[in-house]
Amino acid sequence: MLGKVVVRAVLNGQECEFLADPRQTLLEVLREELHLTGTKEGCGNGNCGACTVIVNGRPVNSCLMLAVQAQDAVIETVEGLARGSKLHPLQQVFLEEAALQCGICTPGFLMAAKALLDVNPDPTEAEVRHYLAGNLCRCTGYDKIVRAVLKAAQVLREESEKAAEVSA
Amino acid sequence: MATATQYRVIGTRPIRPDGYGKVTGKDQYGADVILPGMLYCKVLRSPHPHAIIKAIDVSKALALPGVMAVVTGDDLPRIESSEKVSSGEETIEARFMTALCLAQDKVYFKGQPVAAVAATSLATAQEALSLIEVEYEPLPVVDDVLEAMKEDAPLLHGDLYTESLAGKGSKPSNIAGRVEHARGDVDKGMAEADVVIEREFRTQMVHQGYIEPTNSTAYVAPDGRITIWTSTQGAWDIRNQVATILQIPEGMIRVIPMEIGGGFGGKFTAYLDPVVVLLSQKTGRPVKAVMTRAEVFQATGPSSGTYIRLKIGAKRDGTLVAADAFMVYDAGAFPGSPVGGASVTGLSPYNIPNFKILGFDVVTNRPRVKAYRAPGATAIAFAVETVLDEIAERLGIDPVDLRLKNAVGPGDRMTNGVPYPSIGFRELLTAVKEHPHYNAPLEGKWVGRGFAAGFWMNGSGVSTVHLTFNTDGTVNLIEGSTDIGGTRATMAQIVAEELWLEMEEVKPMVGDTQIVGFNDGTGGSRTTYSTGVAVWKACQNAIAEFKVRAARMLEVDAEEIVFEAGDFKVKGHPDRSVNIREVIRNLRHTGGHFEAVGVSGGLKMAPAFGASLVDLAVDPETGKVEILRWTQFQDVGKAIHPSYVEGQLQGGAAQGIGWALYEEYIFRDGHMLNPTFLDYRLPTALDLPMIDTCIIEVPASDGPYGVRGVGEVSIVPPPAAIANAIYRATGVRMNELPMTSERVWRAMSQRQSRVEQEAS
Repeated sequence: MLGKVVVRAVLNGQECEFLADPRQTLLEVLREELHLTGTKEGCGNGNCGACTVIVNGRPVNSCLMLAVQAQDAVIETVEGLARGSKLHPLQQVFLEEAALQCGICTPGFLMAAKALLDVNPDPTEAEVRHYLAGNLCRCTGYDKIVRAVLKAAQVLREESEKAAEVSA
Repeated sequence: MATATQYRVIGTRPIRPDGYGKVTGKDQYGADVILPGMLYCKVLRSPHPHAIIKAIDVSKALALPGVMAVVTGDDLPRIESSEKVSSGEETIEARFMTALCLAQDKVYFKGQPVAAVAATSLATAQEALSLIEVEYEPLPVVDDVLEAMKEDAPLLHGDLYTESLAGKGSKPSNIAGRVEHARGDVDKGMAEADVVIEREFRTQMVHQGYIEPTNSTAYVAPDGRITIWTSTQGAWDIRNQVATILQIPEGMIRVIPMEIGGGFGGKFTAYLDPVVVLLSQKTGRPVKAVMTRAEVFQATGPSSGTYIRLKIGAKRDGTLVAADAFMVYDAGAFPGSPVGGASVTGLSPYNIPNFKILGFDVVTNRPRVKAYRAPGATAIAFAVETVLDEIAERLGIDPVDLRLKNAVGPGDRMTNGVPYPSIGFRELLTAVKEHPHYNAPLEGKWVGRGFAAGFWMNGSGVSTVHLTFNTDGTVNLIEGSTDIGGTRATMAQIVAEELWLEMEEVKPMVGDTQIVGFNDGTGGSRTTYSTGVAVWKACQNAIAEFKVRAARMLEVDAEEIVFEAGDFKVKGHPDRSVNIREVIRNLRHTGGHFEAVGVSGGLKMAPAFGASLVDLAVDPETGKVEILRWTQFQDVGKAIHPSYVEGQLQGGAAQGIGWALYEEYIFRDGHMLNPTFLDYRLPTALDLPMIDTCIIEVPASDGPYGVRGVGEVSIVPPPAAIANAIYRATGVRMNELPMTSERVWRAMSQRQSRVEQEAS
């Protein structure tokens, strides 16, 4: 068997290096080696989305990606969502709208929703439901999650409009 | 309906205090525990649904570098007695709990643990499993409840005798238990009926489907003291089970409940905890085990599959006169199906003068079932509520009116004879009739509207909470109830309400078995009700002591102090007062710090009624059901935090929709064929519409604010409501769950051929 491989990546905005066994998934390395346990494992075979992280701008089930495949990648996890103690609008709105109950699926939903809003700042309800169909939640029935994502999209749009006004 | 009382904090929607840890990924769930020197555990499971274990050889596994210990059933004490342990909403014989942790001599279901390894890495532990050699002698498999009941069926247990009120059966049987409730004369009642409908129903095993897999981490210190970090609904249940299975005094065990990723009744059971304790005892190091999803499906408890035969008779005016229910609930490998819950729920919402309910708890070579949200109630409600729909249709009566005509009220009796305290079933039905959804037009081909009601008793049990006080005038609240969906917020709201503080001034946390007094688990819809009462009592105890302290500050006798709107005032001297925050800040100067404790127990039943109203469309080409509109109704007594109450209604409805349309264990000869979320299909965001809620508030008889538990009943009516809507859309009555596209399509095709045959 091969020895461990050095992987260089940008993780939550920071350049980093970590060692990965070639058979380890990105999820396992994030959780067990880097102790970034905010990314959750719900099924281990890509069906629940609890382990969703963003790799090079796209949402990825980190349980289905080998850590060594993250060489030179830009990785975003839930731990990188807030800026210091200021929550990302998605996080803030999830709290305000009670879009979580047990919270185990929440990091995956936040990252999937961020990936959506990064490319589509004004999605319809149908688009949100379609995009989040790979993330399972067993507590909420999705109602409050979908509402929260739509509201966060609005907050983000207003923020970027304000920023545009300021710069203009 | 809503009480006139105005509250400051109750009924508002503050941000839950524990939410920040959840949206930032900082909260620790069970699988997030990482300890110095920690080992990883994997479990070897039986590939056979039924077999004798002839020999186990672990020597090759032990020789693998990195493997630190291997355990088998021989490492667990053999429990010969029929002693029972508590496991949330049910009890189970301790010897069967042992078998769920590690098999001794025989395996009864595929996936039953046979051996466990502790190794320095997950991969090494996994590799070691393939080096363990087990010699099995396969036995005939019992894979169907009705087959299991037959005289000549192979027996799972040589020492299992049917238990009933009449005593124990005389010879071993797969029928573990028989429950019976009756009233009046069923034959006479049926003879008086103008319409009698009799139908058969089948439902399959379904899983709670919590997204966080079952897990446990344990460390045994050199002095034998055990610490367990686990995701559980009931830390005290886990402590009791571990103590019983391992024959260790409870005082040696501390169970620390981590954040929990869903439970729904399924996380009361120590499947892994005794195993990691054993491995930690052997290695002197912390050991963590986390199940895979396939293990969760195959080796934790789903809810029963069922066979139900139901006959109901009614008079022409809709008065129900007789009912006859025959129910068989699959317990899986060991006794304990929720057939008891079924027998006191399905028919209990209605006054029926003559009925007979006969239920059987039957063992098969399948995973041993566990509680799942209103355990037992959903399958029987599927039967009762679809038969009532058929009666209403036959008689030309509105389906809600039919229920209103027969609905129970306070003082009426459940099927077990227990009288109802305050309940809001009639108010709920009236709310449905008046709701815009019920009165909205629904037009088009292949669309239909369906309605069904549901009932759950709700639990109470014992809760203990502690309040301590900070020198900045704030309050710490320690509860022992696992917070599975926002109860830290709810409990803090009660403190803020009673003590006239702001929500932010209350700091709630969940304590472990060594930090806080005894608590029954978070299940049975009991937490907001029973733990809420404990919080309320702790607040009253605190206020009593604050009066003494305020009296000292104001230099009067305590009897002269009254507590009004956050101020302790001297009677008759409104100008002489001190705010509660000042009293708290000065505790050490007025006699020293103290702790206020509240304990609840022996509360009256606060039952819950719910209903589902659905509009749906059926694709005639494929049988696929699309939900167009959904409203979930529930009498909640009083909604403390309406957002999380709505969340319970929406979540229960979604689980009920999954049960109705997609979810089932598919078995072949005792092997589950679909143990992944790909093949066992949970509803996704794409499958559901927004789920509207209608909250009715009829105060409960006991406790503050009239609160009722809200967690469970919302799962009960959805399958029947959907079946009734499918009938309106297609003309076919579905009597089997789940109502997959294939089943609906087949039923529609059969109906079409019948229609064509009759025409020709």
